Amino acid sequence: MRAVWPHLPALQVVIPLLGAAVVAFMRRGAHAFALALTLTWAMPVIAIALLWQTLTGGPISYHLGGWEPPWGIEYRIDALNGFVLVLVSAVSAVMMPYAHRSIAREVEERKQAWFYCMYLLCLCGLLGITITGDAFNAFVFLEISSLSTYVLIALGHDRRALLAAFQYLIMGTIGATFYVIGVGLLYLMTGSLNLADMAARLGPMWDENARTAIAALAFITVGVSLKLALFPLHVWLPNAYAYAPSWATAFLSATATKVAVYLLVRYVFSVFGAALDIGALPITEIIIALSLAAMFIASFIAVFETHLKRMLAYSSVGQIGYITLGIGLANQSGLTGGLVHLVNHAVMKAALFLAAGAVFYRIGTVRLEQLAGLGRRMPLTVAAFAVAGFGLVGAPGTAGFISKWYLAVGALEPGWWWLVFLIVGSSLLALVYVGRVLEVTCLREPGPELAKASDPPLAMLAPLLLFAAATVYFGFDTEWTAGIAGTAAKALLAGLR
Amino acid sequence: MSTLKTLIEHYNYVVTIFLMMAGLYIVVARGNMVKKLIGLSVFQTSVFLLYIEPGKILGGTPPILDPAFSVYSNPLPHVLILTAIVVGVATLALGLALVVRINEAYGTVEEDEIFDGDGKA
Repeated sequence: MRAVWPHLPALQVVIPLLGAAVVAFMRRGAHAFALALTLTWAMPVIAIALLWQTLTGGPISYHLGGWEPPWGIEYRIDALNGFVLVLVSAVSAVMMPYAHRSIAREVEERKQAWFYCMYLLCLCGLLGITITGDAFNAFVFLEISSLSTYVLIALGHDRRALLAAFQYLIMGTIGATFYVIGVGLLYLMTGSLNLADMAARLGPMWDENARTAIAALAFITVGVSLKLALFPLHVWLPNAYAYAPSWATAFLSATATKVAVYLLVRYVFSVFGAALDIGALPITEIIIALSLAAMFIASFIAVFETHLKRMLAYSSVGQIGYITLGIGLANQSGLTGGLVHLVNHAVMKAALFLAAGAVFYRIGTVRLEQLAGLGRRMPLTVAAFAVAGFGLVGAPGTAGFISKWYLAVGALEPGWWWLVFLIVGSSLLALVYVGRVLEVTCLREPGPELAKASDPPLAMLAPLLLFAAATVYFGFDTEWTAGIAGTAAKALLAGLR
Repeated sequence: MSTLKTLIEHYNYVVTIFLMMAGLYIVVARGNMVKKLIGLSVFQTSVFLLYIEPGKILGGTPPILDPAFSVYSNPLPHVLILTAIVVGVATLALGLALVVRINEAYGTVEEDEIFDGDGKA
């Protein structure tokens, strides 16, 4: 244990990477699942140990291969990315047991082992982006996670999944290339790729190189925003989420966009924020405007969507708007709200997509008109959907309320009353689309074709109910979510110039 | 005239930006998926230039310590781009594999025809 302890940061990434290589040699889906499950369950243990170390002893700096930063690659863990590490690893660990049956139903037997291989690679990429303190290393992990995500999406049973994957491949690659252009410009100016070192060098040279630095900020913001599906760069997301295998959708919606948000926060605050007065640039205003557009337009589209998974996908675009709104507000409460929503939205959307996956598992469709009366046949699934749905709306007593409370307080800080009304107003749109699903499933009589439907098996039901319970739990006990998010936000804002 | 002079002095950036824009334009303007991927590759390749060009210093030698030389070229961009090339190859390979599968499923690689044929865009 003592020998392993200092190397936990490397293990966090290396374990899923090696696991993916081993799974690639497996032929049986069940074997691949067993290994993926074991490794996934090891991840939160490491992540929690790391977060605990940072909360008690300050940031961890791990020098990969023993090379000193800024020359070598540094893994740097502070409250913010420790928090995101725990989120990503814990969410995937909880939903992992669900995968076996759902994937067996939706993916051909001979491709199942590949599915788990790609999943482990994706997990490795996501954790890598989060843990690394090196700009180019983050790009490499970004591409590892993206390439495996394209495959995960393409494994969907519908032929439109291929098209969605191709669309995402084009847009995702453009996004990653924009990111790497931005990093290239920063490297030209500072001669460093270490994020902290970059920030330190960028400050003094700001005045003479302002134009290049702003171009770099623009490229990085646009590139990462493509990945996190900030409106209007979200076009790839609805199809990708709608046609990917259900479990993959739940996994990606809960983790992939969240990690991209983390990367944006890291650049806006820790790199550019530390080097200059970001208030002087219009970036926060632009982010707020786009977030508001996402909250309203995407939620509005969701209201008219009849494909349950597509509806949830548009809702995701809208909910990401709340997270980025917190980033745009850039004050203690606002940023805490955004970071808390990172967790809360991950938990709620995981529950919603898992519920949609359970419906597909039983009746083979998620078109809204065919779900009439489903509440009588799959009561626990629909109940979990309802709880998480009310969380999206932000009903008091659910996790969503906490996020919106912090955001509203953050909006009041500069005295923006209108913003509070907009936050509440857009929540009502969520009430409409969630309410529509509940009306169809609970108030209508079930048709004869639903006669045999029932709640899914325990391995699928347990993660679903756990996420629904977490939605309520995080609505009351906010020590772990808002508490740590607040610490992270404080550290980020203290680093601003 | 000074603008022209700046452009000529920085002709390497002009080439990079031209390739970048050309690649991006092909991705946006073409409906054929294979052509889209070609555009994407051109776009990615332009970034390789963006990194490698500034690493070269006129009169600089490879970074091998020797008392006879004092100016060295920066080797790091080359190493970074080696990684980026691998990523580019993987992306292109995966993209082409997807196009093959799309062609099997739809019988075409033209986006317009696919969206028309799918009933629902």
